[in-house]
Amino acid sequence: MAEAIALEMEQDPSVFVLGEDIGKYGGIFGSTQGLIDKFGQERVLDTPISETAFIGAAIGAAAEGMRPIAELMFVDFFGVCMDQIYNHMAKIPYMSGGNVRLPMVLMTAVGGGYNDAAQHSQTLYATFGHMPGMKVVAPSTPYDLKGMMISAIRDDNPVLFMFHKSLQGLGWMEQLDVAVDHVPEESYTVPLDKAKVVREGSDVTIVGIQMMTHYAVEAAEKLSKEDGIEAEVIDLRSVAPIDKKTILSSIKKTRRLVVVDEDYLSYGMTAEVAAIAAEEALYDLEAPVRRIAVPDVPIPYSRPLEDFVIPGPEKIYQQVKKLMDEE
Amino acid sequence: MTTFEEKQPAVSVEKLKWMYEQMVKSRYYEDQMVDVYTEGKVPVFNIGAGTVPGEMHLSTGQEPAAVGICVHLTKEDTVTAPHRPHHHAIAKGVDLKKMTAEIFGKETGLGKGKGGHMHLFDPEVKFSCGGIVAAGIPHAVGAALTSKMKGKDWVAVAFIGEGAANAGAFHESLNLAALWNLPLIVVVEDNSYGISVAKKDSTAIESNDLRAAAYGVAGAYVKDNDPIAMYKAAEEAVARARSGQGPTIIEIETYRFLGHFQGDPELYRDKAEVPGLRQLDPILKLRKRLTESEKVSEAEIEEMEKRAKQEVDEAYQFARDSNYPEPEAALNDVFQS
Repeated sequence: MAEAIALEMEQDPSVFVLGEDIGKYGGIFGSTQGLIDKFGQERVLDTPISETAFIGAAIGAAAEGMRPIAELMFVDFFGVCMDQIYNHMAKIPYMSGGNVRLPMVLMTAVGGGYNDAAQHSQTLYATFGHMPGMKVVAPSTPYDLKGMMISAIRDDNPVLFMFHKSLQGLGWMEQLDVAVDHVPEESYTVPLDKAKVVREGSDVTIVGIQMMTHYAVEAAEKLSKEDGIEAEVIDLRSVAPIDKKTILSSIKKTRRLVVVDEDYLSYGMTAEVAAIAAEEALYDLEAPVRRIAVPDVPIPYSRPLEDFVIPGPEKIYQQVKKLMDEE
Repeated sequence: MTTFEEKQPAVSVEKLKWMYEQMVKSRYYEDQMVDVYTEGKVPVFNIGAGTVPGEMHLSTGQEPAAVGICVHLTKEDTVTAPHRPHHHAIAKGVDLKKMTAEIFGKETGLGKGKGGHMHLFDPEVKFSCGGIVAAGIPHAVGAALTSKMKGKDWVAVAFIGEGAANAGAFHESLNLAALWNLPLIVVVEDNSYGISVAKKDSTAIESNDLRAAAYGVAGAYVKDNDPIAMYKAAEEAVARARSGQGPTIIEIETYRFLGHFQGDPELYRDKAEVPGLRQLDPILKLRKRLTESEKVSEAEIEEMEKRAKQEVDEAYQFARDSNYPEPEAALNDVFQS
């Protein structure tokens, strides 16, 4: 991510970064590592703990033609600045009849799984996906993180860029193989509105996002090895706009759908994908849609409690197997 | 802090004339709006009915704040305004026809009918406003930051009501602007009321310019809704901002001749209050100054008044003659390709 930002900052002087601890610290989750050394504090601005002011300032600067990248340290902190995010960033382009553009990125860390409890572990994909006016993306791989960040910076619309803490390859978190990969050094883009089939299969479609995509792939491998079930796994990547086409064509092929989310169950991303299937692919389905998500409770602290509520590979495996066995 | 009465820099008569004409235009605009807004709302007041639906917050009486600052600004300077934005928009030079069409909800409006009276955006003159109290201050901080990053001498002005000075965004924004030494001016229009709550019942300090000390920035207080004193305070603040010497908070004691919004029963203030305030009309005050001290002829004044009113009349006519947008146009402008 920092590499993507650096590449864009090198070729476009209007790109700059602001947020809490994004300077010398390099971002609490490493999103801005090394930027201050390269570009100095004129373009990498550490801010006070004033989310309303600095996200609002990013909006004001974007309206003047700059391309700011603001970081909201944890998505959970949206409560102190949601007015700027939603009433302003997401609405000004529309209310101005398209005359004001806000080419800005609001990046934010999401996700649990490391016992940080209810105020630091949410993903809130649906909270932002629900509200029109922002593109909301949530990449899962190092390749997509870089390519989608470059796309987000170049996009003329406000983009909420969610990165998953566990997928940042941080030394102080559990080391995950999927979080570390070689990516091309040069600049490249990945579209902001396309889901991706990350594992092909013929028996059931599993739609996941970020950590849930990786867990779904793990579950799919086990299903293949132990049960001879071939699951197709889709990485949603973009919460809004959502790529219906990729989901629907997979359902047409597999005729079964399981949706996995690290966000809350009710009114969530799983409900949206299930509704798309019900509205546009009901007759392609041979079984009811299954939704796996955080049951409607805040994220608990204690390890066994958190492990119980956040879906993991084993839960996905069991649910898919159950769906297949029902027939 | 400076006491502006102590200094007597020359006040440009040309600028005073410009201010007068804008004040007349603004006042006449609001007077017309009172009537237009009433169309279709009598005998039964229904906020969603009539030529202009929705909330309507008029600025009648508050003109000095807007013209006193904007007389020192150019197209390159940014203004953010709150929910009561017409006087600021007029003083900043917002396209009056498109603005009026927007308020009428027409397709020729600034936002093609998607914004309305509280959400006017004219990037041509760097003007915006919004319906959330204090939210425009950080946007002005961002504009001021842009000016600094680009090495320009552009300034950004955030107009707010006195009630907004008690919102968190005020504190966060002023601290940030002071920290980064940005060319920001926050103009607090103290019209005595946050909707119905009197300033003395909401604000722990006598006047909000005193809060400048909390941020290490300059503060100025303009009493009696005086356009000339506002001109002077603003001249100094703009010069300070342009020369890289940081933010200023100006509070002006101003008068709200009308309710918070049209249809406000105003049970919270004495019936005699508004007639008393109208006796102190700043437009009459400035007119007197122009004709008596500056020796501007009555004929010239009348010519200015005529010109201002004609522009307003044309804007209203343009709005009336314009078409409503096609309903399907509601689906456009969410994203830009």
